[in-house]
Amino acid sequence: MANKTVSLEIKRQASPDDPAVWETFELDWRPGMNVISAMMEIAANPVTAAGRPTTPVTYDSNCLEEICGSCAMRINGKARMACSALIDNLDQPIRVEPLSKFPLVRDLQVDRSVLFENLKAVQAWVPIDGTYDLGSGPRVFPQQQEASYPLSNCISCTCCMEVCPQFNEDTGFVGAATIAQVKLFNNHPTGKVLKEERLRALAGDGGIQECGFAQNCVEVCPKQIPLTNAISDISRDVLLQKAKDLLRS
Amino acid sequence: MAAPRIIVVGGGLAGLSAVIKIAEAGGTVDLFSIVPVKRSHSVCAQGGINAAKNLKGEGDTPALHFDDTIYGGDFLANQTPVKAMCEAAPAIIDLLDRMGVPFNRTPEGLLDFRRFGGTLFNRTAFAGATTGQQLLYALDEQVRRHEAAGKVKKYEGWEFLSAVLDSKGVARGITALDLRTMELRSFAADAIILATGGIGAIFGKSTNSVVCTGSAQSAIFQQGAYYANGEFIQVHPTCIPGEDKLRLMSESARGEGGRVWVPRTAGDKRPVKQIPAAERFYFLEEWYPKYGNLVPRDIATRAIHRVVYELGLGLDGQPMVYLDLSHIDRATLDRKLGGILDIYEKFVGDDPHDVPMKIFPGMHYTMGGLWVDFNQMTNIPGIFAAGECEYQYHGANRLGANSLLSCIFAGFHAGPNALQYAQNLPAAQGDGGHAAEIARQAEINGRLLKNEGTENPFKLWRELGQNMTQHVTVTRYNKGLQQADDKIVELLDRYRNVNLSDRSQWANTSFAFARQLKNMLELSRVVALGALQRDESRGAHFKPDFPERNDEQFLKTTKASFTGQPAGPRIEYEPVDIQFIKPRPRRYDAAK
Repeated sequence: MANKTVSLEIKRQASPDDPAVWETFELDWRPGMNVISAMMEIAANPVTAAGRPTTPVTYDSNCLEEICGSCAMRINGKARMACSALIDNLDQPIRVEPLSKFPLVRDLQVDRSVLFENLKAVQAWVPIDGTYDLGSGPRVFPQQQEASYPLSNCISCTCCMEVCPQFNEDTGFVGAATIAQVKLFNNHPTGKVLKEERLRALAGDGGIQECGFAQNCVEVCPKQIPLTNAISDISRDVLLQKAKDLLRS
Repeated sequence: MAAPRIIVVGGGLAGLSAVIKIAEAGGTVDLFSIVPVKRSHSVCAQGGINAAKNLKGEGDTPALHFDDTIYGGDFLANQTPVKAMCEAAPAIIDLLDRMGVPFNRTPEGLLDFRRFGGTLFNRTAFAGATTGQQLLYALDEQVRRHEAAGKVKKYEGWEFLSAVLDSKGVARGITALDLRTMELRSFAADAIILATGGIGAIFGKSTNSVVCTGSAQSAIFQQGAYYANGEFIQVHPTCIPGEDKLRLMSESARGEGGRVWVPRTAGDKRPVKQIPAAERFYFLEEWYPKYGNLVPRDIATRAIHRVVYELGLGLDGQPMVYLDLSHIDRATLDRKLGGILDIYEKFVGDDPHDVPMKIFPGMHYTMGGLWVDFNQMTNIPGIFAAGECEYQYHGANRLGANSLLSCIFAGFHAGPNALQYAQNLPAAQGDGGHAAEIARQAEINGRLLKNEGTENPFKLWRELGQNMTQHVTVTRYNKGLQQADDKIVELLDRYRNVNLSDRSQWANTSFAFARQLKNMLELSRVVALGALQRDESRGAHFKPDFPERNDEQFLKTTKASFTGQPAGPRIEYEPVDIQFIKPRPRRYDAAK
């Protein structure tokens, strides 16, 4: 086992304007390695398998326990979190690429700020009166908590958007993560006061009707969020809202 | 006079709490964060948040919460702010509940509470085992609301480099680095709140996130801020050792009935489930019958070290013990601990519903931090600090589920105080020191980029981490602490020879890391030398050569200041505010 090695092929791109190149790395295998620890090794010894000096790989990461949502990338073709990608479970050479649906910054780092803008557009929050002491919150039964909690586990990794065939510049589709947050807040006893506005925000171009029901999102989600259920529920609510708005106008 | 400008650095619970209070009071905030704020380290907190709501008919009160916190911290925390925090806690839980945090519920629809370490009460509100994530998201959503209303401007992907100080030493802004374009800029502000978290990275591997380097604290320490109680570092008893980090297994596992044990016979070869109860050594329950598995973290950590290193009972001779949940039914575990069980299964491959987890202590929390007054202001006028980056709430050892509380409470306190300070601040003379500070930072950057040395910064960091973990964690000897400081001095010297393998000016992570590393090294000296000089044992600080607490000499806050001299930081001591609870011996083998 002493000389067992790990082979990685990493797609490198120095900036959005530079050409992409693949670099191969051979590292000593260690028990419990994941794709992040492999990249830490490369940073400490930035030399390719061919012996050519290179730069440490640029990538987003933070918590390394699949809860902050930073280190999403494509590993052997699959969108996933690099921290939980254990080397021993991956076919080699391990091919590591950036997410393809977001503007590239450098190497494996992309700009996913579109998700945070989407959350703003659908007012994904509970509009409380203020932070001063107003007594206890609304009573919530455990069954309701158990329905909300999975939706509230979304780590904004954007894997669901990466794998969605409809998430592209042509459609401007908001993607599954944002729709699930609409369901979360529309079901909250106080949050639902903004329900109609949220549904209207999902009614136009790029809204929920762009979904093609490919169901890739729910398969790739690292937090097993019931995304397709959320999309079905909110589709229905958006249609009802459209009908109501039509009748009112 | 123009509306005051406040800068908040850091977007975890403390930073976001401060932002919300300022925005609500009509102020505007520039919020700086290395990562998108929703990805801050607060997401990693698992088990819960303490408040004496007394919803279990136990007679719990904020006064008891206060006493547990002071006692758990071995009387080193100033009592006035801790008392205020414990009194504010129930209303903070209510507020979080109103913001939509999906706390676990009782059948009647009320908040559920569980037990945590260092208390005999069910005082911890929780959202599964991902409470930090849920709290951070609730605050993140409120901040997004204020952002949409134009009261908050986010600078995500910017790293704080230094404070801008005027000729009188008053803060007038910050300098920061755009981690994408590598642009260096200064930003004007009338008050600054640092909420930049813990310093786990100086120990190499810890439960902390990648951004928890302590670089910002160290930068203003080097600009004249006091750093207090640096030697108090919490090593969490139950972590999963890993190649890239140590992953936390929440204390809530024990709060829900998890038991820590090893086979009584070293090298017991039987499958774990076949070892009968009588042949299992539940050492925490035997040694601490009253608190059992829920002794405070410093006590549990030392007990595990004793079992492994003195009694030689580590699993298969390895530094590991069992944390066992396999006797608890699956549905309860999923409802209350699902998040952490997923982590274990994903990263280790075993299912903790069926087999005991293998765990070992790991560096987890920074009790010390920037010295602040009761208004959360550092000794640099205009620079406030809140959250794990300051020292105020946990004394010599933090109790589980008090950190989320202290972050939010301190942020709520710092925000309005900073605003009030800023409203009364006379205008700066000249440019307030901006040009000089930009020039100083540009010079540091230029030198680093041009350096033609041979040292790889990531390798230097590994050596630092090994050195700190070996000498400055659970068991401390003065000889080892001196060696640790000597090693840091050597690393500082070698740092001058650092060579960036990347000299580009676009998303250059080596460059940003090398800047952080210098600050990590300077701060490491504060931790090591603070520990060296404190010849007693108190809370997480344990010296076998000085096994007793020594109130006469060391019931004092350590205050370190930067000298720039080879001898390292200057250390002085300040009396602790003990006006409410008289110090008494701290022991957990019986009820206190």
